[in-house]
Amino acid sequence: MKKIGKQTIKFDNPPTILECSSIVGPKEANGPLAKYFDQTLEDEFWGEKSWEKAESKIIKENANMVISKAGISSQDIDLVFAGDLLNQCISSSFGLRDINLPFFGVFGACSTFVESLSLGSICIESFAKNVLCATSSHFCSAEKQFRFPLELGNQRPPSSQWTVTGSGAAILSKEGIGPYITHITPGKIVDMGIKDANNMGAAMSPAFSDTLITHFKDTGRNPSYYDAIISGDLGYIGKDIAIDILKSNGYNIKANYNDCRGSYF
Amino acid sequence: MDPLESKKTYQDYVNKKSPNSKIVKNCFNAFWVGGLICTIGQIIFNICKERGFDTQTSSTIVSILLIGISAFLTGLNLFNKIGKFAGAGSLIPITGFANSIVSPAMEYKSEGYVMGVGGKMFTVAGPVLVFGISTSILVGIVFLIFNTQNITLV
Repeated sequence: MKKIGKQTIKFDNPPTILECSSIVGPKEANGPLAKYFDQTLEDEFWGEKSWEKAESKIIKENANMVISKAGISSQDIDLVFAGDLLNQCISSSFGLRDINLPFFGVFGACSTFVESLSLGSICIESFAKNVLCATSSHFCSAEKQFRFPLELGNQRPPSSQWTVTGSGAAILSKEGIGPYITHITPGKIVDMGIKDANNMGAAMSPAFSDTLITHFKDTGRNPSYYDAIISGDLGYIGKDIAIDILKSNGYNIKANYNDCRGSYF
Repeated sequence: MDPLESKKTYQDYVNKKSPNSKIVKNCFNAFWVGGLICTIGQIIFNICKERGFDTQTSSTIVSILLIGISAFLTGLNLFNKIGKFAGAGSLIPITGFANSIVSPAMEYKSEGYVMGVGGKMFTVAGPVLVFGISTSILVGIVFLIFNTQNITLV
């Protein structure tokens, strides 16, 4: 493991993504990606009394699912990195309390999962054999915590985004046949002063573009090197903005760039 | 052109890039739904007057009925659909105020009746109450001062 360029980490023995799994809510189940999810839920509560409890159950069941899919015992896992959107990461900490493994709570909002994967990879490179990375979010609990009650009769502007109900999990392993995580470029905080809470894509896009440009410079690669460049959840406005910013910096990513948020619903 | 040249250029660029709300359509829907709610109120008012209530009692009955209907529709998960369609049309009349109190009460019921429903009920309507009541007190004081000294404001 060594640092190359300004802020990129290059792994000598790249960790493998051994297995991954996902559980999503009813809205995602009706989206274009439905057939790729391991499990879809029929309602937002999943038999629980509150959305927060449902979210905990989602991440708990998903963690169990990824372990059984990988065909390893949970004792073989050295560390868990997980996080969610709620205060003090309660979904992850309550959801994963029965799993009985050393646990790091990670908060990066939209970037939580990639942060988990990054930190997990660094641990694999130094001492760990298997690392579990997981994240969850729930539309209703997120709206309740950050915005307005669901029953409030207000209007959403066209630029507002929709939080996914669901959980994703992956197991990183020292040994395996890939796919590998070969490089990590942690991004800087880039704040261009967007104050509109309903236009998160515009607020996040400059940071995403900065990270991408730094990654290209550090690794000496071009966008065409990649089969796919994927951002977390900039939405369709943020995606357009990112393409424009990259273009003005001399990179054309239009051909192989996609954004997750545009594909869920 | 680099949109990230300065915060100002980026804001302008984002404004140009982001789609605007459909103002004409939204205004039209708000106009007729808001008008309809007010007409319903007026019909209730007229019926009350017809039955022999005085003006003040009739107004109170109108408020109670509209608040009741709005709270009931909120509970049925219908009011948010009306609100999404009509915007300010259903939010500005007293129906919107009822909705803004009932919706957090429903939302936070899962946190218990005291700390949840009781504590969080006014998270949306709270500012309206605080500043509305404060303003009415200020106006009351001004009114009292000028009225007792026999001076008229205008």
